[in-house]
Amino acid sequence: MGELTDLTVAEIRDGFRAGDFSAREVAEGFNANVAAAKALNAFIVETPEKALAAADAADKARAAGEPLGALSGVPIGMKDLFCTEGTQTTAASHMLEGFVPTYESTVSGKLWSAGAGMLGKLNLDQFAMGSSNETSYFGNVISPWRRNDGGNAALAPGGSSGGSSSAISARLCPAATGTDTGGSIRQPAAFTGISGIKPTYGRCSRWGIVAFASSLDQAGPMARTVRDNAILLEVMSGFDPRDSTSLDLPVPQWEANLSSDLKGKTVGIPKEYRPDGLNAEISAMWDRGIEWLKDAGAQVVEVSLPHTKYALPTYYIIAPAEASSNLARYDGVRYGQRDLPDGAGLQDMYAATRAAGFGPEVKRRIMIGTYVLSAGFYDAYYTQAQKVRALIARDFELAFEKCDLLLTPTAPSAAFALGEKQADPLAMYLNDVFTVPASLAGLPAMAVPGGLDSAGLPIGLQVIGKALDEQTVLNASLAIEERAGFTARPDKWW
Amino acid sequence: MSIDLQTVKKIASLSRISVTDAEAEAMVPELNNILGWVEQLGEVDVTGVQPMTAVIPNHQRLRDDVVTDGDVRDKVLANAPQAEHGFFAVPKVIE
Repeated sequence: MGELTDLTVAEIRDGFRAGDFSAREVAEGFNANVAAAKALNAFIVETPEKALAAADAADKARAAGEPLGALSGVPIGMKDLFCTEGTQTTAASHMLEGFVPTYESTVSGKLWSAGAGMLGKLNLDQFAMGSSNETSYFGNVISPWRRNDGGNAALAPGGSSGGSSSAISARLCPAATGTDTGGSIRQPAAFTGISGIKPTYGRCSRWGIVAFASSLDQAGPMARTVRDNAILLEVMSGFDPRDSTSLDLPVPQWEANLSSDLKGKTVGIPKEYRPDGLNAEISAMWDRGIEWLKDAGAQVVEVSLPHTKYALPTYYIIAPAEASSNLARYDGVRYGQRDLPDGAGLQDMYAATRAAGFGPEVKRRIMIGTYVLSAGFYDAYYTQAQKVRALIARDFELAFEKCDLLLTPTAPSAAFALGEKQADPLAMYLNDVFTVPASLAGLPAMAVPGGLDSAGLPIGLQVIGKALDEQTVLNASLAIEERAGFTARPDKWW
Repeated sequence: MSIDLQTVKKIASLSRISVTDAEAEAMVPELNNILGWVEQLGEVDVTGVQPMTAVIPNHQRLRDDVVTDGDVRDKVLANAPQAEHGFFAVPKVIE
């Protein structure tokens, strides 16, 4: 066995149970990796003491022969969008700098109850708004990957869960939480050569997660293998009466039912996802993915999702509209920053607080949202977008009459360099072109690595499933994982 | 439908975000670019389509009408920028 920090979640769990190593050794290994990787800026807050405390509790329970949790002995990273009791939670904003929740989010609480330990709070795009991790108040996250051209250009780890993706691919944690509103788990996973699944909307409770766009926000795991994602997702999912959109359904045994045998399954290939000018390497990877799924026993058919081109503009009405409403809570009164200019009244205090506390992209989205919801424009923008959203969801329903799952690229390119797209918000938004439609329809979707492009950077595939059918999504992703044999990892430079 | 400087200032005011004149001017082309792009939705035929209200069919639950929390005043106030005498404190609103 090599380094403990090279192990997957399943290997740590099983090796710890078998007595091959102690949980403390594992936690110490990851703590050391975290401490040595400041150059990646993946963490906003490091909590090595919490990782050690959970490890010691796991070691003690094992020694006493007590029952062990599903994640006993496994340390993880927590995206800093999940409220953690007693540990600062910022959503990577100045607005929430210094905010120390007095309660625990449902999802993080489930993970701790299952025995997981917290290595720290992971950096992200501010309020989860961004696709490159360049909007964080606490600085850019750097991808551990570099192009093979000998240059040292700092690459984007994707966003918004870029701290999570960077940390996992650099072996700072075996797994982490992410959240996905329009692709924030899947696109960073694709950029860094790891896997991540956004489950069906409602599987994971949103309670205690800093809200961005409530009809789209879903938590999910990120890890290096499909099995690890299944393990974490089982722990994170489940009914929560404190979230009114939480699904009151039993949590399936996704890990136990993993199977890469796709006999009897039909894979749909949506023709609208292959526009003229699609990156040739992305297109070739997609073709390879189709062959892999055929090899796993699946039938392949072409399907049509005719409203695909309208998904992004629909998203950029609905998500800002919901954000403008959700972020109204940051008023300088109850929590977070307050900016009170001399002699200012209450209204001035609100405006000054929000001007100082929000970054440019957050302000942009709040203002777009405010505009599309304002009197006289609501129907033209917001109602129209909700109607088109219904058509996009219907496209998927009709496609799923002919197939069981869809295979598409995850992102239109491999990772780009930091700064490359920041000047043009629209160019940045286009990164989510393949991930947003499934978000609008609430469907489970998973990113899984397929290989490296000619620049030596990971590119991946996306599997989209029917609502509540995470099992098929995981199984098809496993079939890809087995055939891709993706073992590449970034050379350590940090 | 393009927006001008006055409209940007009005949106900022509705959003309770103070902006300088220079910031507002910079936002005019930025917001127009984004709004011009989303306006392509106008070309979609939505005749007879109901706007989506719930992405996954789910019934709204009712719970028993009983107190389920409370007695956490100090926790509620713990992160307030200014808390006094068990209340959130704000600048004087009424003279």
